[in-house]
Amino acid sequence: MYGALVGIGAICGLLIVSAFVLTEPTIERKKAEALERAIFEVLPGTASSAHFRLRTDGRFERTDLSQPGEPLVHPAYDVSGELIGLALEAQAMGYADTIRILYGYSIESEAIVGVKVLESKETPGLGDRIETDAAFRENFRALDARLAEGGKALAHPIRTVKHGEKASSWEIDGITGATISSQAVGRALDASAASWLPDVRRRLADFRRME
Amino acid sequence: MASDSNANVPPSTDEFVKGLWRENPVFVQVLGMCPTLAVSNTARNALAMGLATMVVLVMSNAVISAIRNLIPKQVRIASFILVIASFVTVVEYLIQAISLELHKALGAFISLIVVNCIILGRAEAFASKNRLLPSVLDGLGMGLGFTFALFCLGAVREVVGSGTLFGVAAFPGAYQEWVIMILPAGGFFTLAGWLLLFNHLEARRAARATTGATP
Amino acid sequence: MSQESLVSIFLGASLINNFVLAYFLGICPFLGVSSKLETATRMGGAVTFVMLISSMCAYGIQALLVAIDAPYLKLISFIAVIASAVQLVEMFIKKTSPALFRALGIFLPLITTNCAILALALFQTNKGYGFVECLVYALGGGVGFTLALVLMAGLREKLALAETPGVVRGTALALVVAGLLSVAFMGFAGLGGS
Repeated sequence: MYGALVGIGAICGLLIVSAFVLTEPTIERKKAEALERAIFEVLPGTASSAHFRLRTDGRFERTDLSQPGEPLVHPAYDVSGELIGLALEAQAMGYADTIRILYGYSIESEAIVGVKVLESKETPGLGDRIETDAAFRENFRALDARLAEGGKALAHPIRTVKHGEKASSWEIDGITGATISSQAVGRALDASAASWLPDVRRRLADFRRME
Repeated sequence: MASDSNANVPPSTDEFVKGLWRENPVFVQVLGMCPTLAVSNTARNALAMGLATMVVLVMSNAVISAIRNLIPKQVRIASFILVIASFVTVVEYLIQAISLELHKALGAFISLIVVNCIILGRAEAFASKNRLLPSVLDGLGMGLGFTFALFCLGAVREVVGSGTLFGVAAFPGAYQEWVIMILPAGGFFTLAGWLLLFNHLEARRAARATTGATP
Repeated sequence: MSQESLVSIFLGASLINNFVLAYFLGICPFLGVSSKLETATRMGGAVTFVMLISSMCAYGIQALLVAIDAPYLKLISFIAVIASAVQLVEMFIKKTSPALFRALGIFLPLITTNCAILALALFQTNKGYGFVECLVYALGGGVGFTLALVLMAGLREKLALAETPGVVRGTALALVVAGLLSVAFMGFAGLGGS
């Protein structure tokens, strides 16, 4: 009796492994392409991009996308191979579930120049306006992300304020009726920028090597 | 050992047709509720989910029917689940390879096809007791019936809830969407509506049959 | 590892993102078992228990699969574990309380096809919860499921005595009630803060 079960299990296992092996190259390729498109969206002018991880010794080294779950930064280069900025991932708890975003940081202007929502389960018509509201997206054309003296933290923490109350370039004008979702975007950006940008700026040389 | 019922009856189209209306898995048997409600907020997602479920249903019905005489009775449910889970895993990878976006939209519900009561139900009630071809037809019929039900739900929810159908605007001019239709509550209400309609039609048909119409 | 506090995980799973009313999981038992208050409570308890066991096993299996780099075996091993857990719970209840076993009847093996349990295992893996977070999530999910079931049963018992149009009676009515409950639970969103 158990023999039959083991036999069936073995055939099933074979089926699963075959499907996995056959589809894996296509899936990985599609994921890489989707990421490239997202990076281009948040950092206009990108001609090519790479993926770097932070090593334990504080340096960034080039890697490929094979290790899921590892936080990566994505330097973007223009047609002549010059580094124009980096795309980073950020996330925060929104109204319904975690919101994941990709944002583009421009080296020259020291600002966040683009934000793309990667994953969001916010309420349609309300929270999902962080993706559809044109005025909200305007916030991310030149969101100030300068570092403070000493380069260890942001000069001004990024935060979301009530709609209409935006007074400085590091504030985000929230969406009325989607307060929690727009605040989540602000928190995600602030947390990620505060923890990654100091290291990124300190080790800019690591990214200039363009193979 | 399960014995063959219908061992000498040629497969008829009834095996296929019954799943579409008379024994529709959602409207009549009230099975497979979870994905029906969760994935039906747009017509496209509903259609994709229905078709994915149908593929798994047909494949698992086929395999289970083919090996039905080799499965010992005591472990039959476990064997069914193993087979179904393998095909669901295969379908999940296929969907990911075809469209990452669709995979993200359907989410965990692709994996949850494995516990869709329809598939296990058909395996137990039909595929384990019938030959290959009738089992495949049964799977196709039930699968299409399920897809039809999902589509009914998805279309209504998308049109009323977002004003579009398959992403194309359904109403000329401005339309105030009923957002609640895309929310979980809308799923419950829409399904209730369809069930109501279905029950009403069935009741009328039965009434006509008993008031003298020739069978 | 996620940044959520244990309290917010619990509140999220039981109220804000209630497995039945927000995620549409476990609908079959929800509609099938919710006509009597007593069976509803018992089913809820059994499901919570199986959820806790499955959650722990799923955590272990995921760790193992990552170690041997075989992500494709996730689904099949999760469902195998859940089926076994239900089998074990069934035998345990049969031994310790034959009355309860008879009362639950066919519903016990049906817990295997309860999508809420498999979904729990899948969600906790996707969210990358640690062991304690998994347990809290499972507890919240089970409590939420029981809550939805009990509320539904209470309402349906009352409705069974009321005058309702024939064509609506049964599942259609239950679904409308479920929809209203779902809207009510949406009021919990934002509870627990961020």
